[in-house]
Amino acid sequence: MNKLHKAFAKGKAFIPFITAGDPSLETTRELVLQMAEAGADLIELGIPFSDPVAEGKVIQSASIRALSHGITVDHIFSMLRDIRKTCSIPIALMTYINPIFAYGVHRFLNNCKDAGVDALIVPDLPFEEKDELMPFCLKCGVYLISMIAPTSDKRIHMIAREAQGFIYCVSSMGVTGVRKNISSDAEQMVRLVKEVNDIPCAVGFGISTPEQAARIAKFADGVIVGSAIVKIIEQYGSKCIPHVIEYVRTMKKAVKKG
Amino acid sequence: MSKGRFGIYGGQYIPETLMSAVTELEEAYNHFKNDPKFKAELNSLLKNYAGRPSMLYFAENMTKDLGGAKIYLKREDLNHTGSHKINNVLGQVLLAKYMGKTRVIAETGAGQHGVATATAAALLGLKCEIFMGKEDTQRQALNVFRMRLLGAKVNVVDSGTQTLKDAVNETLREWSRRVKDTHYVLGSVMGPHPFPTIVRDFQNVIGQEVKEQILEIEGRLPDVLIACIGGGSNAIGLFYEFIQEPNVRLIGCEAAGHGVHTKKTAATLAIGKLGIFHGMKSYFCQDEYGQIAPVYSISAGLDYPGVGPEHAYLHEIGRAEYVAVTDNEAVEAFEYLSCVEGIIPAIESAHAVAYAMKLAPKMEKDQIIVIGLSGRGDKDVASIARYMGVEIYE
Repeated sequence: MNKLHKAFAKGKAFIPFITAGDPSLETTRELVLQMAEAGADLIELGIPFSDPVAEGKVIQSASIRALSHGITVDHIFSMLRDIRKTCSIPIALMTYINPIFAYGVHRFLNNCKDAGVDALIVPDLPFEEKDELMPFCLKCGVYLISMIAPTSDKRIHMIAREAQGFIYCVSSMGVTGVRKNISSDAEQMVRLVKEVNDIPCAVGFGISTPEQAARIAKFADGVIVGSAIVKIIEQYGSKCIPHVIEYVRTMKKAVKKG
Repeated sequence: MSKGRFGIYGGQYIPETLMSAVTELEEAYNHFKNDPKFKAELNSLLKNYAGRPSMLYFAENMTKDLGGAKIYLKREDLNHTGSHKINNVLGQVLLAKYMGKTRVIAETGAGQHGVATATAAALLGLKCEIFMGKEDTQRQALNVFRMRLLGAKVNVVDSGTQTLKDAVNETLREWSRRVKDTHYVLGSVMGPHPFPTIVRDFQNVIGQEVKEQILEIEGRLPDVLIACIGGGSNAIGLFYEFIQEPNVRLIGCEAAGHGVHTKKTAATLAIGKLGIFHGMKSYFCQDEYGQIAPVYSISAGLDYPGVGPEHAYLHEIGRAEYVAVTDNEAVEAFEYLSCVEGIIPAIESAHAVAYAMKLAPKMEKDQIIVIGLSGRGDKDVASIARYMGVEIYE
């Protein structure tokens, strides 16, 4: 049974992103469990890829660290099955299309289903190419998340009409990474989505401070934070857990105020 | 199925941030390719600036020495900036200007495409930034300086394997930051639609000229066309006009590096698997989990883990053949052509020369081979000297 709806059922959602296997799978597992306890509503878990073209330096480096430890999709699925024994927080996997394609799309989605994965986020699979995964996602009950960007303009209605689960609104142009100023495009994007589909909209890219999160949460249904958390993990390595949890608590509070 | 397919290959596998840019590009290209003013201006640039048509040269010494088929060289090395890259670049930078863009960005491996882009940007008055892997900036230091001399900013890419693939990653990232004023001048028949089609169309001039020239000289079509292939722009440029001529064999030469059975290779069609990367479905060197593999070739221009989707298609339907040529064979051919014909080829093009040296003696004397001599070898002299154990100082 897909649990994604739970993420947006109790008001504004806080969605932290971490890269699986950075600094180790044991730490990732602990982070997922404790972030769930600390109030995260949905966890976005990155499967590392050698050439992540939508990522800035911080998440690129996390991918390289994870891959250098020999982390594979199989390791990640087995960790997820372990997590599911005690924790039912909604989980979205983020990765690029080639690791899924190489693994075998059907096999990958079957594993997602078994491991209790609720959604997939694939940045290099735009609307026009979603048929690579969609039939298998539907079969396995895993949502394929649609993304929209500040340049999507006329495309927003087309994408929103067919979107499922939630929509990932990319707040600003470029790649992931902490930004001082978040553009105001996101509010307009959310408005355009809601014109055609009453679906939750979560905003990501660039957000790091509680003030930014609170401001975004005023108009969005969820706030996604990646690079700011991955930076903490990079800084503290295997001792990162209390620092990340403290940050998650602060951000969650800010989002709830929004 | 999305747009821009060659059989199952091609497509548009890019982040949503770039979708509006490729759609805008496709619409602009479809409009301007038939615009008389655009066509006239491009033709004038190709003729008066790039020096087209390039010669089809009968390599008489080489033909006699090898004792088989007649060998012709399509001299793209004589173009302005020294390679076939200028054909595509003049087309794309002019298109960018017609689209109202004020800035172009490009990836480069050997530096040939970067130099060509910087050149066209200087000529047509656009700002230019080039992304080049750190390792390549060291192998091709002279080209880095050349680009700077031409007014371009060269960004050294230190992520990943620090070669062409990483330069493409970084250029895509930069493009997603600034699609409004910036056009990405992709250098090969790869990437998301419409690039494989646009680049092929701009390189098609190579084969069109060959057809006209060989009919004029020999009164018949060639038996074999041979070109080196990384992404595959000079190969498709040479082949495309002849795809409908079933009696013309098309042979693409990939870079085997130390050999296709070693880890140090870049022969994608020999060892790659079907995948989706850099915007396209095609073949890629990758591990069992779909992580893109580090590739190797002595030639920075062929050092790429993928191949253009139209080549993947020609490979699948058996219309073109693809062979792998090692570093050693390419270096031998590099020396051979220099000594026998007095032409120093680019190390990329030397891969095609090497295969012709194997094939020509097995063919009849009245048969004809045309080799795509995609670039000149000046840029490679220092690295070939190092390969042969000679230290020289530029």
